[in-house]
Amino acid sequence: MKEPATQPALSNEEILRYSRHLIIPEVAMEGQLKLKAAKVLCIGAGGLGSPLALYLAAAGVGTLGLVDFDVVDFTNLQRQVLHGTSDVGRKKLDSAEETLREVNPFVEVRKFETKLSSENALPIFRDFDIIADGTDNFPTRYLVNDACVLAGKPNVYASIFRFEGQASVFATQEGPCYRCLYPEPPPPGLVPSCAEGGVLGILPGLLGVIQATETVKLILGKGDALIGRLLLVDALGMRFRELKLRKNPDCPACGKNPTVTGLIDYQEFCGIRGEEAPVTAGVPEITPLELKRRLDAGEDLFILDVREPHEYQICHLHGHLIPLGDLPQRVHELDSSREIVAHCRSGVRSAKAVDFLRQAGFRKVTNLKGGILAWSDQVDPRVPKY
Amino acid sequence: MKILIPTPLRPYAEKKDLVEVGGRTVDEGLSQLTSRYPDLRRHLYGEEGKLRAFVNVYVNDDDIRYLNQEHTPVQDGDTLSIVPSIAGGCCCYGCCR
Repeated sequence: MKEPATQPALSNEEILRYSRHLIIPEVAMEGQLKLKAAKVLCIGAGGLGSPLALYLAAAGVGTLGLVDFDVVDFTNLQRQVLHGTSDVGRKKLDSAEETLREVNPFVEVRKFETKLSSENALPIFRDFDIIADGTDNFPTRYLVNDACVLAGKPNVYASIFRFEGQASVFATQEGPCYRCLYPEPPPPGLVPSCAEGGVLGILPGLLGVIQATETVKLILGKGDALIGRLLLVDALGMRFRELKLRKNPDCPACGKNPTVTGLIDYQEFCGIRGEEAPVTAGVPEITPLELKRRLDAGEDLFILDVREPHEYQICHLHGHLIPLGDLPQRVHELDSSREIVAHCRSGVRSAKAVDFLRQAGFRKVTNLKGGILAWSDQVDPRVPKY
Repeated sequence: MKILIPTPLRPYAEKKDLVEVGGRTVDEGLSQLTSRYPDLRRHLYGEEGKLRAFVNVYVNDDDIRYLNQEHTPVQDGDTLSIVPSIAGGCCCYGCCR
């Protein structure tokens, strides 16, 4: 990494603030000045971005850029510790800036309220030394990687899934980039099923601090960064494993003959264009109000709930529970002569169920549009949303 | 050999995180795995029968791409790790969540 120019000095107030850094030889005055001069861009002020930005601010990184276009949602609070209850509804950037300034007013926070794109990534990256990727989707992962390689900036990477995480440092001169490890993204149809969604709240905390640690090490030039190393974290087993990563000489981004010479359409690269409304298009639907009307009129409707058992425990419509994944094996439990209304949480899984049943020959099956969430909104607010 | 199944693929392997199979190469081990759990096949292999590019396989801590690909020999007691790409805080592309 290019050595950043160091700031002239630390004020007495800063010296006292960073005292515990200054008295360890691995940091000392020289290191703290490097931190002050450093400019780190955090992409995402959510699960990973929260601990990352908090610890970098506390450590005295002089300039923190934050890229996020989202608004704080109530369900974020279980893990996005940059934001509090009173921030629900606020822009994440505003909430983050306030918290970070309170932690350390010496940090300059630069906000980029935008979705990172092929048009804006390189101009935004230009003013920063290190990029920390805290995003949550494949197109942005590839965009960040390619932009880091093109801009010559290290990419401090972490990603999570339920209770497992990965971390590494990509796009250094000598090390591999993300594409060396994963040349292609999974097609949308093969990404893990919705029923398996959710994440252990502490997990991004664990991985975000690992990202912050790697960032600080790169700035200080101390320790062994995760270059050429993939750290695998299994939070349930509390096991940390490491796999070797190699720079791929044929890598399209950072190899000897790169074919990635500019940023591309990453949605298309990941096969998402045109997939935004997957199976819901073309499947017969019924609205919650219509369902309520027909139930009240005494119609004999069979409610099929395709969610998971632990979701049924949260709330239900007294439906017959067959999780979507079990439907093929348990389809004999359904009577095709009856009128079936399938539902899930928000209507996407149940649309798949209806599609499956129609292909299996069921003629009287419809999808509850918007799922149990829409039922709560439109019919019965006592049903909790989750 | 032990095959470690990553979280995203456990639903297709009867929720197991570790499967013991026989075989003396990576290919033999993965064949036994996908015979036992056929739903895993399409997640690991493309139509032409090649390992998918977003799934990496390691024997102990070495990527098989830099050893002998699917022909990499595996000893008793070795660990095969399947390491798929994962994106981040959510499960997938703007679906039910």
